[in-house]
Amino acid sequence: MRPLAYARVSTVEEAVETVTAAPGSAFLAGGTTEVDLIRLGIARPGLLVDINDLPLTGVEDLPGGGLLIGALARMSDVARAPEVAGRYPGVSRALLLGASQQLRNMASMGGNLCQRVRCAYFRDGLSPCNKREPGTGCSALDGLNRGHAILGTSEHCIATHPSDVAVALAAFDAVVRTSGPGGARRIPIDDFYLLPGDTPERENPLAHGELITAIELPPAGIARRSIYLKFRDRESYEFALVSVCAALSVRDGIVAEARLALGGVGTKPWRARHAEARLTGAPATAESYAAAAAAELAGAAVRRHNAFKVELARRAIVRGLTLAARGGAR
Amino acid sequence: MSGAVGRPVDRVDGHAKVTGGARYTAEIALPGLAYAAIVGAGVPSGRVVTIDAAPARAASGVLAVLTHENLPKVAARPRLLPSLLGAPAPGQSFFPMQDEVVHYFGQPVAVVVAESHEQAQYAASLVEVAYARTPSVTTIDEGRGGAYEAERLFGGLMPGREERGDAETALAEAEVRLDLSYRFAANNHNTLEPPATTAVWEEGRLTLYDSTMGIRASQLTVAQLLGLPLSDVRVVTHFVGGGFGAKAMTWPHVTLAAMAARHVGRPVRLALTRPQTYTSHGHREEQEHELSLGATRDGRVTALRHHKLSITSPFDDWAEPATGVSSQLYACDHYQGVHRLIRGNTMTPTFTRGPGETVGVFVLETAMDELAHELGIDPVELRLRNRAATDPRGNPWSSDGLADCLRLGAERFGWHGRDPGTRARRDGDWLIGTGMAAAAYPVAFFMPAQRARARVYEDGGAVVQAGTQEFGTGMLTVATQVAADALGLPMEAVRFEAGDTDLPNTSAAVGSAGSGMVSAAVHAAATALRDQLVALAVADRGSPLYGADPAAVNVREGRMLLRDRPETGEAYGELMRRNRLADAEATGSWSPPPLDTPHGLLTFGAQFAEVAVDPELGLVRVRRMLGVFAPGRVLNPKLARSQLTGGMLWGLGQALLEGNRMDPRHGRWGAANLGEYLVAVNADVPEITAEFVEVADDVVPLGIKGVGEIGQVGAAAAIANAVFHATGRRIRELPLAAELVMDPPGTPA
Repeated sequence: MRPLAYARVSTVEEAVETVTAAPGSAFLAGGTTEVDLIRLGIARPGLLVDINDLPLTGVEDLPGGGLLIGALARMSDVARAPEVAGRYPGVSRALLLGASQQLRNMASMGGNLCQRVRCAYFRDGLSPCNKREPGTGCSALDGLNRGHAILGTSEHCIATHPSDVAVALAAFDAVVRTSGPGGARRIPIDDFYLLPGDTPERENPLAHGELITAIELPPAGIARRSIYLKFRDRESYEFALVSVCAALSVRDGIVAEARLALGGVGTKPWRARHAEARLTGAPATAESYAAAAAAELAGAAVRRHNAFKVELARRAIVRGLTLAARGGAR
Repeated sequence: MSGAVGRPVDRVDGHAKVTGGARYTAEIALPGLAYAAIVGAGVPSGRVVTIDAAPARAASGVLAVLTHENLPKVAARPRLLPSLLGAPAPGQSFFPMQDEVVHYFGQPVAVVVAESHEQAQYAASLVEVAYARTPSVTTIDEGRGGAYEAERLFGGLMPGREERGDAETALAEAEVRLDLSYRFAANNHNTLEPPATTAVWEEGRLTLYDSTMGIRASQLTVAQLLGLPLSDVRVVTHFVGGGFGAKAMTWPHVTLAAMAARHVGRPVRLALTRPQTYTSHGHREEQEHELSLGATRDGRVTALRHHKLSITSPFDDWAEPATGVSSQLYACDHYQGVHRLIRGNTMTPTFTRGPGETVGVFVLETAMDELAHELGIDPVELRLRNRAATDPRGNPWSSDGLADCLRLGAERFGWHGRDPGTRARRDGDWLIGTGMAAAAYPVAFFMPAQRARARVYEDGGAVVQAGTQEFGTGMLTVATQVAADALGLPMEAVRFEAGDTDLPNTSAAVGSAGSGMVSAAVHAAATALRDQLVALAVADRGSPLYGADPAAVNVREGRMLLRDRPETGEAYGELMRRNRLADAEATGSWSPPPLDTPHGLLTFGAQFAEVAVDPELGLVRVRRMLGVFAPGRVLNPKLARSQLTGGMLWGLGQALLEGNRMDPRHGRWGAANLGEYLVAVNADVPEITAEFVEVADDVVPLGIKGVGEIGQVGAAAAIANAVFHATGRRIRELPLAAELVMDPPGTPA
């Protein structure tokens, strides 16, 4: 392993200052991705600043029924928190379907949002990869790309965003709270994730030294009956081929409000706004769900091995919306 | 035998394993230990132009950097032969770092030795290698044009073609004919413990701690490669974290560890990283099969033509021999089996659990399912109708059991009354289907004589030894059981020692042969010792057994006694103390029957599976599996079940999850870790049952045919057949990925 320094801090201010002052340094929370990437030689921090002592582990009520989830709250704790399971079951379910129990016990919510892609070409440290070494090209475009994204891709990167919970957070307009050298910020989650475009190395707008401190979940009555479905090759410890977070409010057979977000198919947690627009005011029927899916997937761009994901996503969306219309169960 | 053998006793090493007391190779602590790390070639083909080792040499803790420029040449290039033969057994006939040529990605081009594992790994990343790359072939699609028929496989051990009758004519004349094509992704072993070797030189003698399925193979191979007398090489291996064929042969890293230790004059440990295991000990090769099957309308198979095409290394004609079972399982006068090969830029493929036959039987048994469906014959009945009463040479099976396995399996599984219609059962979003397959695996008799030693002390305790190794199969336990019964001692009185080539030698425990051949040697040694002590007693005027017929003497609980008058007798200890013997000892050996033994040699079984398929999303979940097997004598049903159900789970993984693909542009595997290469996790594991059919066999050692691999054979076929039953769609490709299983758009529900 490369030599690296380690520091432990106890306040947000100290954390921000320490990392800001040291180019090439990084925060260390649960370490479930960071340590892997260091071992692989992909992340090469000279200094790891351990933030696990910071008091950011709570899940608190926000006025109006929303929640504030501390950035260092562990995935398993958040999934089990009654407020989360009761008000945002889709978020709870997404957490429980992610990673493995051991990883969920370690991984922090802020770290989850910052996890890097699983693209094998990014992680092998050898292949051309615009995300790892800008300008070298994207090996996945014409490579083994079964797991890669079909939405939000560019000619520079087609890596899928791996997070489950970020998909559910996107569905409910979560806001990422940060503290950085320039002060505190609130970043809507849709703006937190950047499309690869021609700068795939930039995955979020965080400045060096800017720390996620909490995640806000705004009040959303519709979320109480939200669902999260994850379809994957094996039953556990595996990323999604496609996942669906959905919530529907149906009145007199007509969709009054819809929330839909997709995982496993986008370069970012994919809020399906085209589909939501189609659904709102439409009859709550399989035909509407299929039309909504088609609207969302009209922009899909497929490569050699992932073309099946368009049809798979279409079917998964219909499945998810059908279940959500019934009020959820999973 | 009666007593310990046949009882489901716990593993003798179980406590040590679950409490961390069992030491694996990479945990052996030695004073002055240094650590080696391999630098693997970054290209699949070409040559090394320059190696800049200066930054690595300058890194902290680095002791040496070895490359083709300073590594001594090996003394010999051993032939590629399976380790079961008891000869040197390199995994491939090529040894790296002898010149600048690169044949495959990951081929060692440098070895860094440092004070710590981390320092060695880091310094390895600093070695700058410049390559002149040449075009590579790493997939069947790239090399198809250059395919050739292999004359011999396995380094000449097996013919590439097997033929009887006239398959072409019989196919042309068949009332029913199926012509089917199959594709299989490559598989990797993924032992929980990545291979490791620790090498120690003392006064010109080499001791290797090696993570191997055959300490003897490591000893023979390294001695030959380094030009050392065999007496100067000792291999010690107490516990191995899984083998599955990955550690059946002695791969280059083992010898490189010894060379590195000699170079730095210190003990050196070389532990492969997980990614390196994908390019360091072979794999199950990517392959395609073509099966043509001819049959009568009443379901009698009249002709089989089974061709396999696969990719091998630049240096060896290696193919999993896929037609050993398909040529024998069913009575069929006209058969043709052919192996064709493509030379590619991979290392030499190798044994992977159930080598050849797990894939070959998948092909045959899914084809039989197609035939059953086509003809409207029950799949179990079709197998029974075609079952071979003898092997193709007309030799009786050493023991059979196939029909009983099929019948018992059908009964236990609830097969009778199965509706053969497809897409007929639903459970919510899931379609339900059931499938079955016959299973068979060859009994291999290529090993030389196997030896063991037994000693009894006058205190009644025994030590029994054989140079085998424990890699999870339960060898230590079953050998203890066999020794205890043969000596007439309780198991607690017997300590079985293994894991050292200084002990009486056995072959690598491969080909499902380990427990049989080692048990036979242990039995021979223990029986010889028992006979020796009985002979001493009946000749000893001081013994109550004086003058008795040795054949009339039994031993129970360490006490020799007359079978007819059990009150007459004495303990081993009494006899030995009276004769001033602190201990007594005997050796024993077992030799396999000749290769031309007039017997058919297959282990039989039958596999059943129930699956749920989400046809919209292409998901397959196995709900239950049942296997019934006839492996001859079962030494320990608990351990045997563990082997068999483990094999069945490998079948599940083979069917649904396991597959690796080369990226032909880079000539390297798409997956090189357990996050990308999917194996079944607990949540995938259904209710799974293994049962036995008893068969007596006096050809195989102690009646033992082995349980290491038969559990996997046929399991994937049963699952794939169940997927067909559920969905009505036949997929002739593994793994059964979602994109293959999901209904095409427009499929009626």
